[in-house]
Amino acid sequence: MTTQPNPDLVVDARRLLCPMPILRAEAAMQNLPAGGTLAVRATDPGITRDLPAWCRVNGHRLLEIRQSGREWTGWVVKGGQEAAPPSPLDISGV
Amino acid sequence: MSEGRIRALGLLSGGLDSTLAVRVLQEQGIEVACVNFHTGFCIQSHTGAMRNPKPGAPPPRHDALHAADKLGIRLHLVDIAEDYVRIVTDPKHGYGKNLNPCLDCKIFMVQKAMEMKEQMGFHFIFTGEVLGQRPMSQRRDTFPVIDRESGASGWLLRPLTALRMPVTEPEKRGWVDRERLHGFSGRNRKPQMALAAQLGVTDYPSPAGGCCFLTDENYSRKLQDLWQYRGSREYAMEDILLLKAGRHMRPAPGFKLIIGRDEAENHFLSGFAEGRILIRAKEIPGPLTLVEGTPTPEELTLACRLAARFGKGKELPEVVMVIERDGSQEVRTIVPLPAHEIAEGWYV
Repeated sequence: MTTQPNPDLVVDARRLLCPMPILRAEAAMQNLPAGGTLAVRATDPGITRDLPAWCRVNGHRLLEIRQSGREWTGWVVKGGQEAAPPSPLDISGV
Repeated sequence: MSEGRIRALGLLSGGLDSTLAVRVLQEQGIEVACVNFHTGFCIQSHTGAMRNPKPGAPPPRHDALHAADKLGIRLHLVDIAEDYVRIVTDPKHGYGKNLNPCLDCKIFMVQKAMEMKEQMGFHFIFTGEVLGQRPMSQRRDTFPVIDRESGASGWLLRPLTALRMPVTEPEKRGWVDRERLHGFSGRNRKPQMALAAQLGVTDYPSPAGGCCFLTDENYSRKLQDLWQYRGSREYAMEDILLLKAGRHMRPAPGFKLIIGRDEAENHFLSGFAEGRILIRAKEIPGPLTLVEGTPTPEELTLACRLAARFGKGKELPEVVMVIERDGSQEVRTIVPLPAHEIAEGWYV
């Protein structure tokens, strides 16, 4: 078995349904510098499709998603400002 | 505001209409970003996410996120669930067929989008609405209400139905070429499907699909039941999640059962035991059942008998049930309830 990435922050989104795991991940990213690694734990299988899409839309890098029973963990490296699609600023929580 | 490149903010559900609205504006060289609001009632295959997966079926997905990915645009996911409670409990314009406050909902979302437009420096906002497509919020008489009460009059463009509407500011100012907008109306989706083919939009959810649990009759009945027996039209996020899970039965006013329907749903329900009573059969496969309310000892026995009815031990003379509450555990031996003793009216 390969080693797991070492995250700077972990989001526990277990038993939350879509889109809450992604909303929690988005909120947590505010507290990470570019290049920081976030781990997202979820039980909604939709995370396997939504996390990669969210990474592409926001310019983050998905390292991997691993399944363990009914849980999934995804590791994401926060993209730099230059990596994100054109947008003035993020105001999640408006 | 510097005019530079024109920037528009759209409300994106990920369905066909809002996706097309984005593409129509992109075709005019407008820079588009979108927002998707989370109300707590959005249907994002929640039932599928809680139940055992169907063989071969892909996992559920967030339609707006995937549409944004395909469209190559930025998507702001905004959680409005807390503020949304007052829209559901006390809608100024009332409900639709079920507990769907569609008009108030649209006004609220457009108002939020207008706030974002101001804060983030977009030139205007847009939606994928089509005149006559929805019975409550997409009508000739309700569009002006949405525009006026949200504060968006003149600044909300509806690219798919614009030719049937008064000219908006973005059109007057030459930011948007009205000649290249559309005049769709009614419930027929064929014109949109033709436009989708023309614009290369191929991956979109079923055009007739609903987007909100509040339009669902069964869900609305469960929410009514919750309000009635609580004596208050309030709800917490946990309440509205649990209304989507399990089989709901109320044998008496003082308590309700939520009975898991498969292993995955049992697992989901097990995370909501705090503040509730949890019942399961000992050493026999069957549902995990949550009990909400304050059952008497006799009612709790009835709850156990009812829960056993939905397990593998339903035909056994006796089943041992484990009852967990507040960290303590009790074991009770009961006779599973025969089918004929289950009143139809118990099903919520």
